[in-house]
Amino acid sequence: METGSIPLHQATKGSYVVIRHVPEGRSKAQLIRLGILKGQLVRCLERLPGGTVVIEKNRQEIAIGVALARMILVAYTGTDLLSNS
Amino acid sequence: MTDAYGLLSHDHVEKHKHIGVSVSREESSNLKVALVGNPNVGKSLFFNYLCGVYVDVSNYPGTTVELMNGRFKSFEVFDTPGVYGISSFSDEEVVTRDVVLQADVVLNIVDAAHLERDLFLTQQLIDMGKRVSVMLNFMDDVKKLGLQIDRELLSSCLGVPVFATTATSREGFEQIEPAIEQARRGEPDPSLHHRLHGMLSVTGSEAEALLILEGDEAIARQHGIQPGVERDAAYIDRRNHVNFIISAVLSEKNLRKRFATSLGRWSVNAWTGIPMLLIALYLIYLFVGRLVAQDIVNFTETTLGHQLWEPWIRGVVVHYVPASSWLGTLLVGEFGVVSMTVTYLLFLLLPLVIAFYLSLAIMEDSGYLPRLATLVDRSLNALGLNGSAIIPLILGFGCVTMATITTRLLGSEREKRISTAILQFAIPCSAQLAVVAALLTGAGFSAILIYSATIFTVFVAIGTILHRTLPGTTTPLLIDLPTMRLPRFDNVIRKTAYRTYFFMKEATPWFFTGALGVGIMQATGLLMVWENLLNPLTTGWLQLPRAASTAFVMGMVRRDFGAAGLFQLALTPHQVIVSLVTITLFTPCIASLMVMLKERGLKEALVVWTGTWVVAFLVGGLLSQILI
Repeated sequence: METGSIPLHQATKGSYVVIRHVPEGRSKAQLIRLGILKGQLVRCLERLPGGTVVIEKNRQEIAIGVALARMILVAYTGTDLLSNS
Repeated sequence: MTDAYGLLSHDHVEKHKHIGVSVSREESSNLKVALVGNPNVGKSLFFNYLCGVYVDVSNYPGTTVELMNGRFKSFEVFDTPGVYGISSFSDEEVVTRDVVLQADVVLNIVDAAHLERDLFLTQQLIDMGKRVSVMLNFMDDVKKLGLQIDRELLSSCLGVPVFATTATSREGFEQIEPAIEQARRGEPDPSLHHRLHGMLSVTGSEAEALLILEGDEAIARQHGIQPGVERDAAYIDRRNHVNFIISAVLSEKNLRKRFATSLGRWSVNAWTGIPMLLIALYLIYLFVGRLVAQDIVNFTETTLGHQLWEPWIRGVVVHYVPASSWLGTLLVGEFGVVSMTVTYLLFLLLPLVIAFYLSLAIMEDSGYLPRLATLVDRSLNALGLNGSAIIPLILGFGCVTMATITTRLLGSEREKRISTAILQFAIPCSAQLAVVAALLTGAGFSAILIYSATIFTVFVAIGTILHRTLPGTTTPLLIDLPTMRLPRFDNVIRKTAYRTYFFMKEATPWFFTGALGVGIMQATGLLMVWENLLNPLTTGWLQLPRAASTAFVMGMVRRDFGAAGLFQLALTPHQVIVSLVTITLFTPCIASLMVMLKERGLKEALVVWTGTWVVAFLVGGLLSQILI
């Protein structure tokens, strides 16, 4: 059950999202190393005013600046079955 | 494990694979062992255990760029900066890459609680064909989190031995030596062999072939060939392979949410994070601003410096050299190299630097610093910086010289340039702040407001203008947030001691050079010429008494000297504001100029230095025209 893509910095706090697009460029290799790549499930933990986001992937918390977050496209999984909190 | 390329390729792969022999006793002499791992996995604790020599333990992604090596028995051990992968994206990676290429054995330290992040590097090391042993560190965290790792299965999947340790309590450390001896070549990512084949004949080294294939320009250049364009494909294959291994070896039993996790979450939430930041800043202020800057420094500077050291050394020196001679002036005069400079360095700066590094170490080791960087990221974006720049900016309030050195850890030249300029223009150091605070309280509350607002405006303006005019863009923030944990006392102490030593070693010669330079200016009368040149500006434009120009000239040597010089003048509250604003924005002390010269080069340093003169007198003057 998927809806359209939205930029990561607009994902609702607490939601689980699937990564649909990761931008090319210098940050890409680092994103892949941290496990943020197309098809992966991550949770949006925090969305700070201005758009800096904190996401969680397998207990690992990662902070992403807005300039990068707006280039990462995600889709809601439309479920919080996986929620553990 | 399934081989994506089927059985046909299997024999072929085997033919190329060297037999994974372990290291025999005889060949272990002078074996190069590299400790490699992601940031914050406790590498340095392993290194300290092995070699005994202290090394900077970093909790902030990428603060150790220096390479440490030491000896353990017959092994030569290298501690590398923390990286997420081997390539040439940053200075840290270049250092680590070179060490790994030369190493005989790689001891890969892995945060067992964050396998997804760490095993990418592990698999890359294995793919490079290095002899590897994996140390699963922080096994205590794994238990606390309710996770379970099948170590045997992991070892079988990777093809290298895997050991369990807890670095903070040194549990399992007796296995380090066997780990080095049993290290062997592992199971490369099955999809890789085909990619690697052609390249291997060119380089002769599997490790270099892999790096070139993954687009490492520097290594490709060494072999005179074009870097590969398959980085993304290779990375994604490796990522998927690692995820596959993890899904098999990791199981979650009863997942519990720990207090540390909640605390970490609160610190990056705007509603709870800002109050937490204010509390943290207040505690730092109580410790650094009150206890150290006032009580301790009062004792060390006045009693030890002015009352004991300076009269004593003056007595010794005048025994050989007349105090009024030029040499006497240089040594023990107003800016004496062995009188004023020693007091300044040992009795004023040293306690402050220790206090600041101690606070920084606690914030770092607790895992708070990367979260603070996250919290302030967006605000700093407006100045062309990302959240990481908060470290030099905070340190600037301790000592601008120390902070200027720290700008090294920032991601790009552009960010180093902007933060250095902000530091040199608009951040008052602690020595100066003490004097500024004393003078301002005397001038009343509105004076404090006008002063702070003016300095803050300049701070924002400098950053914004540079951000708008310098070519390039800001590197976006992308950092992992380590688990919040209580800092280890001995670690914090050692880190503080190491950094303080490093800073004093680096900065001391510049303080002496600066003092000597000003001493020579004084002895030759150049200082008077300078003062006379400044006079029309001081009296006409700033509308301050003639003697204030002396304060400005003194401010070139030591920022607080300048401010202290204003104490003796009878100034109206408005004049106090104008003079303090001018002296704060004015050129930083001679030592920070020297360090800036070294870090940023002659041209840029001179532009910034001249700029501080212009901005200080421009803003001070405008304020004077409005107020007085």
